[in-house]
Amino acid sequence: MIESLVLSITVAIAAGLVGCFAVMRRMALAADALSHVALPGIGVALALHIHPIFGAAAMLFFGALMVWAVEGKARVGTETVIGVLFSAALAVGSMMMTGEDLVGALFGGAGILSWPEILFGAGAAILVVSFVVTQRNNLVVILVSPDIARTAGINVRLLNLFYLQAFALTIALGLRYLGVLLMGALIIIPAATAKRVATNLTGMLVTAVLVAVAATVAGTWLATWLHRETGPLIVTVAACIFLVSFLRR
Amino acid sequence: MDHVLEVDHLSIRFGKTEVLSDLSFNVAKGSSLAVIGPNGAGKTVLFQALIGSLPFEGTIRWAPNVGIGYVPQKLDLERDVPITGMDFLQARSRRAQGSDPEISRVLDLVGVSREASESVIGTLSGGQFQRLLVAFALLGNPSVLLLDEPTAGIDEPGQKRLNELLCGLQEARSLSVLFISHELSMVSQYATNVLCLGHQRMCWGPPRKILTPDVLREIYGMPVDQHVHDD
Repeated sequence: MIESLVLSITVAIAAGLVGCFAVMRRMALAADALSHVALPGIGVALALHIHPIFGAAAMLFFGALMVWAVEGKARVGTETVIGVLFSAALAVGSMMMTGEDLVGALFGGAGILSWPEILFGAGAAILVVSFVVTQRNNLVVILVSPDIARTAGINVRLLNLFYLQAFALTIALGLRYLGVLLMGALIIIPAATAKRVATNLTGMLVTAVLVAVAATVAGTWLATWLHRETGPLIVTVAACIFLVSFLRR
Repeated sequence: MDHVLEVDHLSIRFGKTEVLSDLSFNVAKGSSLAVIGPNGAGKTVLFQALIGSLPFEGTIRWAPNVGIGYVPQKLDLERDVPITGMDFLQARSRRAQGSDPEISRVLDLVGVSREASESVIGTLSGGQFQRLLVAFALLGNPSVLLLDEPTAGIDEPGQKRLNELLCGLQEARSLSVLFISHELSMVSQYATNVLCLGHQRMCWGPPRKILTPDVLREIYGMPVDQHVHDD
């Protein structure tokens, strides 16, 4: 239980940080769609009797690679490609699973954490947090202008690839708790809330992390109290905090 | 080489449309090059090729160890993104192992107050934001400045101040400056050479040779009044 809570808080911290740049880069919808690509990976992993998180992570890796490749082709409509391919991934994944497996993959679920899951989760979360913290300045310059970033010596294409992979890894981390359909929300809603209330970058990063962690802890506690699944309650709490942020201005 | 930049037979195309064709020019160290021409002639596209943002045919050679400061024409950034001018400048400064005093120095140079620099960049006026971009370009001690319409959106006194600042920096630091401008009086006053991009022809040379009524009429497709300073 304690390992599960600590790991979910770590995931929330990664989600809050990664989400800030996703929201500022206007990739909220793409982020949500990208999470769907994990479903076929989970289906294949279950069929091969390997841990679902590894199948999901592999598919997300290729999904992020695809977004990155499409982004490089200015004349292709990125959002159109993402919308079609990743919805198709959701459809294919849904056909590969039935019953509890499918519901668990879509919405997440409680259960005993295995050691591979704990080790993968902790390692990946540290990797994502370290990436955002160390690359924060470069990500800001790219956000303002990729052209300016190039003249400042930043490898824009490579950093974009790393960012997308950090994003995909964060989705993989949270699939256990929130599932394919809801994990995108834990990345986007806290960051969208922080964007509304923060007055500088540090404020936004800190607020997003606090909202993500608060929603995770409160959602987990409510789930235990109400005997409901954790994922939908975490996202509901996060959405409530977002609505409250409208009162500020 | 004595040139900070050499461009040979540069061509840029988007699909089947050739935006720039067989363009050759060079920029001497410490000199300034003004790029002029009507809208859609490929001025910004040229700058994007020079900084490596666009694929091209031909050769672009920068002198070794050149540091470039770039001020783009416009940015595609949401106004409500909570990034302050200081966040932006610190991001550049920390990359270049710069310091906060250096940021204060460039802010003073371009005339942006500390208070304005701590505002969210989406709330800055067009002129303030433009000056912030110039401040960003100056961080890290560049040897070349690429300015895409640097005074666009700045009021008359602000334009004068920025032009004088850039001219002063150019002399003090031996900066090479490439700038795009529609203000031909400024071009004749500050440019060592002028690169003229038109839909039908291109030309390159000192202002006295390029800013003539005949050449300008040919480039812009209509008569353009311009007085070239004698000094």
